[in-house]
Amino acid sequence: MSTIYILWLRQLKRYFRSRSRIIGSLGQPLLFLVALGFGFGPIYAKAGGGNYLNFLAPGIIAMSILFTALFSGIEIIWDRQFGFLKETLVAPVPRIQIMLGRTLGGATVATFQGIIVFLISLIAGFRPTTLTLLPLALVFVFLIALLFTALGTAIASMLQDMQGFQLIMNFLVMPIFFLSGALFPLNGLSKILTVVVKANPLAYGVDGLRYCFDGIHSFPLATDLLVLSLVTLALMFIGSYLFSKIEA
Amino acid sequence: MENIIEVKNLTKKYGEFTAVDSISFVVSKGIVFAFLGPNGAGKTTTIRMLTTLLDPTEGKISLAGYDSVKDEDGVRRSFGIVFQDPSLDEELTALENMELHGVLYSVPKKVRKKRIEELLNIVELWDRRNEPTKNFSGGMKRRLEIARGLLHHPKILFLDEPTLGLDPQTRNHIWSYIKNLNKREGITVFFTTHYMDEAERVADEVNVIDHGKIVAAGSPAELKKKTETNSLEEAFLALTGRDIREEAQSTQADMRMHRKMWRH
Ligand SMILES: Nc1ncnc2c1ncn2[C@@H]1O[C@H](COP(=O)(O)OP(=O)(O)OP(=O)(O)O)[C@@H](O)[C@H]1O
Ligand SMILES: [Mg+2]
Repeated sequence: MSTIYILWLRQLKRYFRSRSRIIGSLGQPLLFLVALGFGFGPIYAKAGGGNYLNFLAPGIIAMSILFTALFSGIEIIWDRQFGFLKETLVAPVPRIQIMLGRTLGGATVATFQGIIVFLISLIAGFRPTTLTLLPLALVFVFLIALLFTALGTAIASMLQDMQGFQLIMNFLVMPIFFLSGALFPLNGLSKILTVVVKANPLAYGVDGLRYCFDGIHSFPLATDLLVLSLVTLALMFIGSYLFSKIEA
Repeated sequence: MENIIEVKNLTKKYGEFTAVDSISFVVSKGIVFAFLGPNGAGKTTTIRMLTTLLDPTEGKISLAGYDSVKDEDGVRRSFGIVFQDPSLDEELTALENMELHGVLYSVPKKVRKKRIEELLNIVELWDRRNEPTKNFSGGMKRRLEIARGLLHHPKILFLDEPTLGLDPQTRNHIWSYIKNLNKREGITVFFTTHYMDEAERVADEVNVIDHGKIVAAGSPAELKKKTETNSLEEAFLALTGRDIREEAQSTQADMRMHRKMWRH
């Protein structure tokens, strides 16, 4: 337990000490909210969609969680290059505890990031129709965070250095974001796109968040929760297996 | 005497290149063992296999009675290590790095506090304990890594060029502390160094490795006698020749060299 705690704490300390990283990572969601929100707002309204910012905000919250979580997971590569990873790998504690501590820490950081972006979107004009489901929204935020930190951990456990990083950004992270329904409604998509979106775990996170804030959704709430939980569980297993095989 | 480390036909290949070539040796419990060799001889690679960081290509390692492949957890419970390469979290302070290590190695809180203060004083970092280690000089980081390595008291302590880049004062302090630990607690010490005088002074037994093979073994006195030389340094040169080693290129080895240079 203390192993998990101390590594969790380490992730938090690292995050809160790098102010530039926090500020930098808030710029992007803000830009998306303002540019897309105000840019597409009129068209969306004209098409009968209603308030686009209300539609967009949960997507942008999910996006910021996705990025922060994946980067937290991928931090393993940095730790490998700066050498700290070895220190934890030879420690006389089960590697799964190390992986859990790191992953929970990364997920906590990403959750925190999600909350800040939520607050920012309120300032930008996001008006949730209800706040009673806020606790449930927090569950979704944390699940998304955990899922993608675990994915980052799994990926980073297989990479030796940052060279594969661009590849991951372009062929994994960006598609996950754009094909999650974060920016556009899922009804009326082509068949192929629908299949792709349905295979994307983030879609269920975005959908769940939207349900919590606005009551609109494409999948049943139970499906959202179930899919997210199962994928998270699976990725935690895969991640901890790969992490236990790391050589340094 | 009982052997705390037993290595049999240990081999490590990086692709086609054989870094460690079927070496066998034993280390008796409670001694100070020096593993010497020119740059690129395979010392660090051997230590990485001994400490479960790297799987051997072939061969068997038994450490404190545990098999290094089948019982990694048992092996990890038996040793402590100071790595040749950097291994601090530079965002954390000196104290936090120590604390984290203490928790990972389940050093009880009271002992932890006491030892951290004692060790940070020995390496003269107590006054700077609350600074992030990225502000430290190369030598200070090294001192902190050694202090951290001594925080828990394992059965075997691996030290991979522990005193690299340290001034003679610090080197003396550290070695007398380690010698004391070895005597008082019976901790077996396995170390590498390029300072032959240091090895001659502290080692009970020496193994010399060159091009991945062990070329000599014995006490410093025995090695001097065998090579008919007057110091371990001369004995070392007699055993390994006088050419400078060309290291097989690898990014990791490169990185290590850069770090080493930067530390000086
Ligand atoms: N990851 C790697 N990939 C390929 N070759 C490697 C790798 N790590 C080490 N080597 C090579 O294996 C050989 C042994 O390296 P090792 O680090 O064990 O030497 P060493 O005895 O510790 O040397 P030094 O005194 O310079 O620390 C070197 O030729 C090195 O280039
Ligand atoms: Mg070495």
